[in-house]
Amino acid sequence: MENFQNILPEIFISISIMLFLLIGVFKKNSASLIYNLSNISLVILLALIINLSSIDTAYLFNNSYLIDNLSNYMKIILVGSGIFVMLTGSKYIQVINLNKIEYPILILSSILGMMIMISSNDLIVFYMGLELQSLALYVLASFNRDNLLSTESGLKYFVLSALSSGLLLYGCSLTYGFSESTNFDQILINSTEFNYGTTFGIVFILVGLAFKISAVPFHMWAPDVYQGSPTSVTLFFAILPKIAALSVFIKFLYTPFANMNDQWQTIIIFISIASMIFGAVAAIGQKNLKRLIAYSSISHMGYALAGLATVSNQGIQSSITYISIYLVMNLAFFSCLFMLKRNDKYYENIEDLSGLSKKHPILSFSLLIVLFSLAGIPPLAGFFAKFYVFLAVIEQSMYFLAIVGLLATVVAAFYYLRIIKIIYFDSEKEEYETSHSLGLKITLAISTIFILAYFIYPSGITEIVSKISMI
Amino acid sequence: MNFPILSSLILLPTIGALFILFTKSSSGKYQSSKYVALFISLANFLLSLYLWYVFDKNSVDFQFVENREWLSGFINYKVGIDGISILFVILTTFITPICIISVNATITNRFKDFLIAILIMETFMIGVFCSLDLVVFYLFFEAGLIPMFLIIGIWGGERRVYSAFKFFLYTLLGSVLMLVAIISIYWITGTTDVEKLYELGIKTEYQNLLWLAFFSSFAVKTPMWPVHTWLPDAHVESPTVGSVLLAAILLKMAGYGFIRFSLGLFPIASENFTLLVYVLSLIAIIYTSFVALMQEDMKKLIAYSSVAHMGFVTLGIFTMTQQGIEGSIFQMISHGLVSAALFLSVGVVYERHHTRLINKYGGLVSIMPRYAIVFMVFTLGALGLPGTTGFIGEFLILMGAFEKNILVAMIASLGVILGAAYMLWLFKRVVFGEMNNQELKGMKDLKTFEIITLSALVIPILFFGFYPEPLMNSIEASVENTLNMYNFDLINNIASKD
Repeated sequence: MENFQNILPEIFISISIMLFLLIGVFKKNSASLIYNLSNISLVILLALIINLSSIDTAYLFNNSYLIDNLSNYMKIILVGSGIFVMLTGSKYIQVINLNKIEYPILILSSILGMMIMISSNDLIVFYMGLELQSLALYVLASFNRDNLLSTESGLKYFVLSALSSGLLLYGCSLTYGFSESTNFDQILINSTEFNYGTTFGIVFILVGLAFKISAVPFHMWAPDVYQGSPTSVTLFFAILPKIAALSVFIKFLYTPFANMNDQWQTIIIFISIASMIFGAVAAIGQKNLKRLIAYSSISHMGYALAGLATVSNQGIQSSITYISIYLVMNLAFFSCLFMLKRNDKYYENIEDLSGLSKKHPILSFSLLIVLFSLAGIPPLAGFFAKFYVFLAVIEQSMYFLAIVGLLATVVAAFYYLRIIKIIYFDSEKEEYETSHSLGLKITLAISTIFILAYFIYPSGITEIVSKISMI
Repeated sequence: MNFPILSSLILLPTIGALFILFTKSSSGKYQSSKYVALFISLANFLLSLYLWYVFDKNSVDFQFVENREWLSGFINYKVGIDGISILFVILTTFITPICIISVNATITNRFKDFLIAILIMETFMIGVFCSLDLVVFYLFFEAGLIPMFLIIGIWGGERRVYSAFKFFLYTLLGSVLMLVAIISIYWITGTTDVEKLYELGIKTEYQNLLWLAFFSSFAVKTPMWPVHTWLPDAHVESPTVGSVLLAAILLKMAGYGFIRFSLGLFPIASENFTLLVYVLSLIAIIYTSFVALMQEDMKKLIAYSSVAHMGFVTLGIFTMTQQGIEGSIFQMISHGLVSAALFLSVGVVYERHHTRLINKYGGLVSIMPRYAIVFMVFTLGALGLPGTTGFIGEFLILMGAFEKNILVAMIASLGVILGAAYMLWLFKRVVFGEMNNQELKGMKDLKTFEIITLSALVIPILFFGFYPEPLMNSIEASVENTLNMYNFDLINNIASKD
C-alpha cells in the first residue's frame, strides 16, 4: 500500500489521460473542455508530487523505480513549467486552429513519459519512458499538419530521433551484456573493472541522450524543429524534454557509470564546449526568433552539461539550478513571442520586433530583461545560473572549460544585444494587439519579476537543490 | 546594527527610479519627473556629504560596514568605505544631480526612461565603490553596462549602434576573465571578502595569473592603450550626459579597482608587472596626446585627452609611493570634475550650433563671454595649471614617478606639455580668433541652468586646486595603510624566498 502512495502522481496522470481520451471520443467539440481539464489535472499532479517531496529515497517495483530528492525536484519543475506552457499557449492554439482534443492529451502523455524517465532506475523502464515522451513529441511537432514546415519538422524529428533511440538501445544492450543487469545500482556494482563493452555502451547511451538534449554534435534537428513546430509546441520542446533529459543524464552518469567517470568526463567536456561555442556562433546570423532561440538553447545546454562534467555534487546542483533558471527565462521569452500578434497572425522574425519599445514599453522592457538575463549579465537571474556552474567548474580546476565558456558568453551577448538594438534603437513598425489572455500576462509577469528580483534572495533555489546529492 | 547608510545611498536612486516609473506623466509634464529625479539625487548627495562629515579620517579601517548573508552562507553582501572610496562615492553623488539638471530639450524622446537610466546607473556606480566583496563588486561593475548601453544606444548620435556594441562587448570581454579570477580566489582562499583577503593574502604562485585576469578587465575600463579604442566612439556618440557619466565616473571604477584589488590583493604580482604598466601608461600619455592634437571633433579630442589623463593615473598608482597613489586618486577626482565640465561645455555649443567640429567655431568670446570664462577655467584645469585640481594630481604623480624611475617621469612630463598644447589650441580655435562663420552670430550666452551646472563644477575645481587639504586628509591614512600592507607583503615574500 505504501508503494501505491509513492507512484500516486503517475497513476493519477495515466488515469486522467485515459479519461480525457474517453471524453474526447464521446463528447463532441470538447477540445477546450479537455484543455482546461488537463491544466487542472496538471495542478493536481503538482500538488501530489509536492506531497511526496518529504521522501528521501524510496525504491519501487523491485528497485526499478526510484523516488528521491533529484526525481522529486525535477518532477516539480517539470510539471510546474508544464502548467505555464499550457497557460501561455491556450490562446495561440485557438487562433491557429489547433485546438483539438489530441493536443492536451499528447502533452500529458509526454509529461507522463518524462516522469517515468526521471524516476527510472532500470534500463528498460527508462527506455519505456523515453519512447512514450518521444512518440508524443513526434506528433506534437507536426501537429500543424497543413503547414509544410511543421510536417517537415515532425518527420525530421522522427527520423533523427528514431536513429538516436536505436543507438541508445544498442548502448543499453551492450551495457546489459557486460554488466549482467538492467538495474542501475546493479550495473554500478558489477562494473567495477574496466571493460571495453561498457565503455562503448556509455558512448552510445550518451549519444542518444545528447540528441534528446540537443547538444552539439547531435543538435541538427533542433533549429528546424523549433522553427517548424507551432510556437506553443516549440516552447514545450525548449523546456520539458530538456529537464527530463538532463535529469537522466545526471542519473546515468552518477549511478550506473559513476565508477567510470574517467571514461565519460572527456566526452561531456567536449560536448559541453562544442555546444557553448557552436550555439553562440551559429545564432549570430539567424533571422527567425524561434530558430535563434534554438541555437541559444543549444549553447545553454552546453553550460548545463559543464556542471555535470565536474564529477562533484556542487556541479550537479549547479546544473540543476541552471536548468531551473533557464526554464524561467524561456517561459518569459516565449510569452513575449506570443504577444507579437496582429490580426490573428503571429510574428516570429527578428525584424518584426523593430522599434517595439515605442508602442509597447512594458513588453519591450520584459524582453530586455530576458535577453540580458539570457546573455548572463548581472544582476539578473541568468548571471547567477552561469555563476554557479563556473563556481563548480573552477572548483575542479577546469580552467579551460571555464574560460572557453565565459568567452562564449561574450559571443552570445552579441546576438542578444542585436535583438535589443532592434527593439530599442530601430524605427518603429505597426502596433501589435494589446489584449492577451490572463494566463499569458501572469506568466510573463511572474517570470520577469523572478528574473529581475532573483538577486535579492539568490539562495532560494540553491538551498532546495543542495539536498540533492549523488556522490 | 546602526542605520545602514551605505545601503541607503545605493538604493535611494533605484527607489527614485521606480517612483518615476510608476508615476504617469502626460507628454507635457516631463518636468515633474525631472524634479523628482533631481530631488532624489540631491538627497543622495547630501546623504553622502553627511557620510563624509561623520567619516573618521584618521582610521584606516573600513567604516559603516554592513555584512548580510546573501548567497546561502558562502558569499555575503558586504559594503563599507574607507578613505579611498568615500571620495569616489561623493564624486558620483555630486555628478549625478548635475547630469540630471543638464538633461534638457536635446533628449527629445523617452525623457522619463532617460532619467530612470541615470538613476539606476548611479545605484550601480555607488555600489562599485562601496562593495567589500569581490562578487558584489563584480555584480555592480558589470551591471553598469546595461544602463550605459541603453543611454548610448537610444539617445546617442548617428553611429550609436556601433559605439554601444563596441562599448558593451569590449568591457564584457575584459570582465569575464575577472570573473574566473574571482571564483578562483574563492576556491584558493575560501572567501571573497576583501577585508579577510587582505589579512589572509594570496599565495605567490597564483598572483601573476590572477593579477593579469583583473588587469584585463581594468585595462579595458580605464582605458589603457591599446584597448582604449572603444572610448572615443562611446564618447562621441553618446548624449552629453552619457559622456559626462562615462568620463567622470565609469572610468574611475578601474583606477579604483587597481588600488583596491590589484595592489591590495596581489602585491607581488603588481611589483612584477610594474614595468608593463609604466610602458602602457607612457604610451597612453604620449601617443594619445598626439592623437588628441589631430582631432577635428571636440568630443573626440576630450575623449583622447581622457585616455592620456588616465595614463597618468595608472602610472601614479604603480609608482607605489605615497605621493603617486595620492596623486592618482586626486587626479581621478580632478579628472572627474574637469572632464565632466568639458563635456558639458561642448554640449552647450553643440546644442546651439549642432556640430562638434572645431573648425566650424571661432570667436565665441565676443558673443558668449560668460561661456568663454568658464570654458577657460576648465581648459586650464585640464592642462594642469597651478591653482586648479589638475595641477595637484599631476604634480604628485610626477613626484612619485621621479622617486622611482627618472626616465619614466621625464617622458611623462612631456605629456603635461602636450596636454597644454592640445587643450590651449582647442580653446584658441573655439573661443578666440575671428568669427568666420556667420551662423554663429545668433548664438546666445549661457542659460540659467547651464550657469548653475557649470559654476557648480568651477567652484570645486578652483577651491580644491588652492586648498586640497580636505581631500588629502580623507585619503592619506588609507593610502598609507594600503602601502604598508603592500610593502609588508613584499618584504615577507623576499624573506620567504631566502
